[in-house]
Amino acid sequence: MVEFFTTTNLGIVLLVIGQCLLVLVPLLVALAFLMYADRKIWAAVMMRKGPNVVGAFGLLQSFADFIKYILKEVVVPAGADKFVFLMAPMITFVLAVIAWAVIPFNEGWVLADINVAILYVFAVSSLEVYGVIMGGWASNSKYPFLGSLRSAAQMISYEVSIGLIIVGVIISTGSLNFGEIVAAQDGDYGIFNWYWLPHFPMVFLFFISALAETNRPPFDLPEAESELVAGYQVEYSSTPFLLFMIGELLSVVLMCALVSLLFFGGWLSPIPGLPDGIMWLVLKMVFFFFIFAMVKAITPRYRYDQLMRLGWKVFLPFSLAWVVLVAFLAKFEILGAFWARYAMGG
Amino acid sequence: MTPMVLAFYAFATTTLVGGLMTVISRNPVHSVLWLILAFLSSAGLFVLLGAEFIAMLLMIVYVGAVAVLFLFVVMMLDIDFSELKAEMAKYMPLALVIGVILLMQLAIAFGAWGFDEGAQGRLAAPVEGGIQNTAGLGLLIYDKYFILFQLAGLILLVAMIGAIVLTLRHRTHIKRQDILAQMYRDPAKAMELKDVKPGQGL
Repeated sequence: MVEFFTTTNLGIVLLVIGQCLLVLVPLLVALAFLMYADRKIWAAVMMRKGPNVVGAFGLLQSFADFIKYILKEVVVPAGADKFVFLMAPMITFVLAVIAWAVIPFNEGWVLADINVAILYVFAVSSLEVYGVIMGGWASNSKYPFLGSLRSAAQMISYEVSIGLIIVGVIISTGSLNFGEIVAAQDGDYGIFNWYWLPHFPMVFLFFISALAETNRPPFDLPEAESELVAGYQVEYSSTPFLLFMIGELLSVVLMCALVSLLFFGGWLSPIPGLPDGIMWLVLKMVFFFFIFAMVKAITPRYRYDQLMRLGWKVFLPFSLAWVVLVAFLAKFEILGAFWARYAMGG
Repeated sequence: MTPMVLAFYAFATTTLVGGLMTVISRNPVHSVLWLILAFLSSAGLFVLLGAEFIAMLLMIVYVGAVAVLFLFVVMMLDIDFSELKAEMAKYMPLALVIGVILLMQLAIAFGAWGFDEGAQGRLAAPVEGGIQNTAGLGLLIYDKYFILFQLAGLILLVAMIGAIVLTLRHRTHIKRQDILAQMYRDPAKAMELKDVKPGQGL
C-alpha cells in the first residue's frame, strides 16, 4: 500500500492531492471561525453583541453566510468585461490558497519543501494585487476603479519594505527556507532566542506593512466605505464576492503565519523544556490574528497621502538602513553572533 | 511522457499563446494580462530548468511590479484604438523588416549552436558541489563580480535620477500637506469640547 503511494505516478498524484486537502480543509474551516472571531472582537470593542443568532453564541454564522453567498444569483454589470470580471475573484482566491504550499506547520510538515520558499510566498503575495486591479477595472464603474488604483499603488509601496525586512531575516539565517529560518531561532533560552529580539524594530514595521499589504484597516483605502462605498468590491455579488472575501482573510492569516515563522519561532515553544509542536504555531497565529482584529477595531483610517508618505519616506529608508546594519552586525558577529545564526555555512 | 515533459509542454504552450495574444488582442488591458500569463509561464519554464531563484525573481520583479505599473498606465489610457491601428499600418513594412532580421539572427545563432555531450547532463543541476542556486548566485554576484554589479546599480541610479529630473515640476497653486505641522498641532488649541444636553442645540 505504501509502495503504491510513493512509486507509481497515480499514487503520487493521489498522495499530493490528499496532502493538499489535509492543509486546505482545516484551513478553510478555521477561516470560518476566524471570520466569526473577527466580527465578535470588533463588536466587543464597540460594545455591540455581534453575530449571536445562528448556532450557540452565533458560532455558525459564517456557515449560514456561506450558504447564502453560494445560493444567491451572480450579477454581472451590463458594461463589465465579463471574463476579467469573473477571473478577478478566482485569482484572488487561488493566489491566497497556493501560498500555503510552502508554509510549514511543524518540523517537516510542509507540502513543498523548496529552497526559495520565502521568495515564493513573497512572489505570490505580490501577485495578489492583480485580483484587486482586475476586479476594479472590469467592473467598468467609478468607485471600483478608484479603489483598484489606490490598491495598486498601496500594495506596491508596502511590498518594498516587507521585502527589505525579510532580507534582514535572511541575512541572519543564511537560508530562504522556512524550516531553516525556524531552526536558526532554536536555542536554550526559548522566547529570547527568537528573531523578534535581534530584529526588534522590524517586527512592528513588518506587522504594519502586513496591514497595508492585506488592505486591512487602518489602511483599507481600496474599500473605504465612507468614500468609495466598498471600492473594488462594489459590483460583486454572491460567490465572486465570497471568493474575494475568503482570499482577503486567507492572506491575513498567511501574514499571521509569516510573522510567527519569521520573528516568533514558528512551532518552537517559548519556554525551554516544553515540547515544540504545531500547537505553538497555531497559538501564535491566533494571537496575531487577534491583534489584526483589534487594530481594525481601534484605529481610524489613514488619509491617502499619509499612507504613501509612511510607506516611502519612513518605512523604506528605515528598513533599508536596518538591512545595512544587520549585514554589518552579522558579518562581524557582534554580541556573540547574535545576528548571525547561520543554519548553513553563511 | 514523464511529468517533467508534460509540464514543459504545458508551460511552453501557455507562453507562446500568451505572447501571441499580447500582440493580437484588441483591448490593451487584455494585452497586458496575456503578457502576465506569458511571464508566469516562463517562470514555470525556469523552474523546470532548475533555476528556481530566477523564476521567483521573474515573478516578483516583472509580474509583481513592472506589469502592475504597465496595467496601471494602460488602464487609465483613453485612446481610440481604431485610429491607432490605422496609424500603425504605416509602420508595418519597417516592423516586418525588423522581425525578419531578428528571425534570421536567431536562425544563425541556433545553426551555429554546438552542444557538448557533457553539458546535457548538467542542465538540471547547473551548480556543482551541493551548493544551492541562490547561494551560488550570491557568491558570484557579490564576491566575484562585485564591482560590475555595483556599476550596473549605479547606471540604474543615474537613469532613475534622469527620469525624475525630466518629470519634476514645481507647482505653486496646489495646497501642500505639511505633515510635521499637522502632527505638532495642539489639540487644546485646535478644538473645543462642548457638553450638549439632550434635546438642546448649541
